[in-house]
Amino acid sequence: MFPLVLLGVSVIVFVAIRLVPGDAITAMLGTEAGLLTPAQRAALDAYFGIDQPWPVQYWRWITGLFQGDFGISVTFGKPVLGVILERFPRTLELALLSMMIALSVGIPAGVYAATRNERPSDLIVRIAAMIGQSTPNFVVGLVIIYVLSAGFGVLPTMGAYTPFFENPLQNLSQMILPAITLGFAFAASVTRVSRSAMLDVLSDDYVRTARSKGSSERSVIWRHALPNALIPVVTLSGIEFGYLLGGAVIVEQIYALPGLGRMVLEAIQQRDYALVQGAVLFIALNFMIVNLLVDLAYVALDPRIRLESR
Amino acid sequence: MRFVQSIFTHPSGRIGGAIIALYLIIACLGAVGLMPHDPLMQYRIDRLHAPNTTYLMGTDLFGRDVLSRLMQGVGQSFTVAFFSVAIATLAGTVLGLTAAWFGKSWDAILMRLMDILLAFPAILLALLIVTIVGPGTSTSIMAIGIVYTPIFTRVVRGPALSLKERDFVDAARTFGSSRFYILTRHLLLNLVAPLTVQVTLALAWALLTEAGLSFLGLGTQPPASSLGLMLADSRNLMESAPWLMIFPAIVVMMSILGFNLLGDALRDILDPKTRRA
Repeated sequence: MFPLVLLGVSVIVFVAIRLVPGDAITAMLGTEAGLLTPAQRAALDAYFGIDQPWPVQYWRWITGLFQGDFGISVTFGKPVLGVILERFPRTLELALLSMMIALSVGIPAGVYAATRNERPSDLIVRIAAMIGQSTPNFVVGLVIIYVLSAGFGVLPTMGAYTPFFENPLQNLSQMILPAITLGFAFAASVTRVSRSAMLDVLSDDYVRTARSKGSSERSVIWRHALPNALIPVVTLSGIEFGYLLGGAVIVEQIYALPGLGRMVLEAIQQRDYALVQGAVLFIALNFMIVNLLVDLAYVALDPRIRLESR
Repeated sequence: MRFVQSIFTHPSGRIGGAIIALYLIIACLGAVGLMPHDPLMQYRIDRLHAPNTTYLMGTDLFGRDVLSRLMQGVGQSFTVAFFSVAIATLAGTVLGLTAAWFGKSWDAILMRLMDILLAFPAILLALLIVTIVGPGTSTSIMAIGIVYTPIFTRVVRGPALSLKERDFVDAARTFGSSRFYILTRHLLLNLVAPLTVQVTLALAWALLTEAGLSFLGLGTQPPASSLGLMLADSRNLMESAPWLMIFPAIVVMMSILGFNLLGDALRDILDPKTRRA
């Protein structure tokens, strides 16, 4: 299943990026490409391996992958894998931060709303979650920047990126706004899903049993009900996290954050074949790994799934 | 008729339906040209005017009326959303139904293909398609349509598989009904409920994706207006001319909210078993 899908992704991205009009050498050199002699151009094509027919290029690329050779990026002039691995930690950190924000806001809000079903406080949470879910992340980003700049006269730090292990505080101050921007709609969906899952679980028999044996309301909600209600939340967060690992193109663009998504966007526009191919394959692999982990988390959370399969 | 009534008795349905109806009216007015000003006309003397009685939502950097541009943009976004979701629904229904009906290798090939498409992040897939074909309204429609096809294929295939085994399908076969008749009459009609819900929610996503694409400059091309483009343009001027950002932001958000609310209501009404949120 895994290798088959990855093979399909590799074929599609390989063909797709070659269908983009224009060629990599012209995109790299701009108007100076006109000054190249045919021999120089041929030498450049050969250097980046784009002088061969497609099947040969594809075969070279695929066999190279198994040796850890993703090819050379035309725009960066460096091996593709290095470029991807340099960007990936930022994307991973951004995805982790926004998921932390989403879960720490969404789950308590959802549980709170479920325990106050159909009361005004439930309604307020539901309306807020609905609005949150309907707000595009670039609107959230623009509003945050606007409030900061017009209200407080400050602008979020952009540009030069500090790695987390070099200066955690400065790194967090750069990442927190993009993380909030991405976490906003994410938190809203977590709220909605955990609320409805909690409502389902709270009407189950075993919750009534827990209540009747005299467990405190707090223990009923957090110890008995919540773990079961978490299953749909895990699914949702897993899928969302998988997508976030593919890079949040728009938010990275707004905050000028050099992550994976923006890199792919620029690579597509530069016809950087090797980089687009490598990055898309990398993203697809991440996505599938996360999905696999979600399935495993399922089994860990729900003993029924474990027992059924026996 | 009962169906429409039940939408209006559902609180989310009432609000969502009203929002969508309002947007449709605005889009139609924009389409026939009933706008306060020409959305492309540059009133150079009135550049960057704050909202006033002549320009209800102010003017932009080129002196164009923001309200008129918004009306045109809503029409633009809705056109893209409706057509792309129509493509995805049609393609997904045909693929999903045939996958479920014929099974075997056809099913296996189709569903692997859908897995492959789903492994691409939606916005990146759309970006790739747009770069290949070149940006524009029809490209956005095609790109978003392709991106959402796998979701519809899955939505149709699952229930179709179980419907296929039901007695009434066997009965129809013994009557000698044609394959086409069984597929459209017995399977498709029973799938209308989940499809309706999915279509409404997909419209919300499509609006989101369209706005995102044009925000990146890969959707509708200037001078035509679109909501994402207006928001992108407002970035450099947001301190001196906040109305350039605020109005498009509200309009984008409300349109998505409308479809989300309507989709929720439809799910409650049509699909009481899987009642969520």
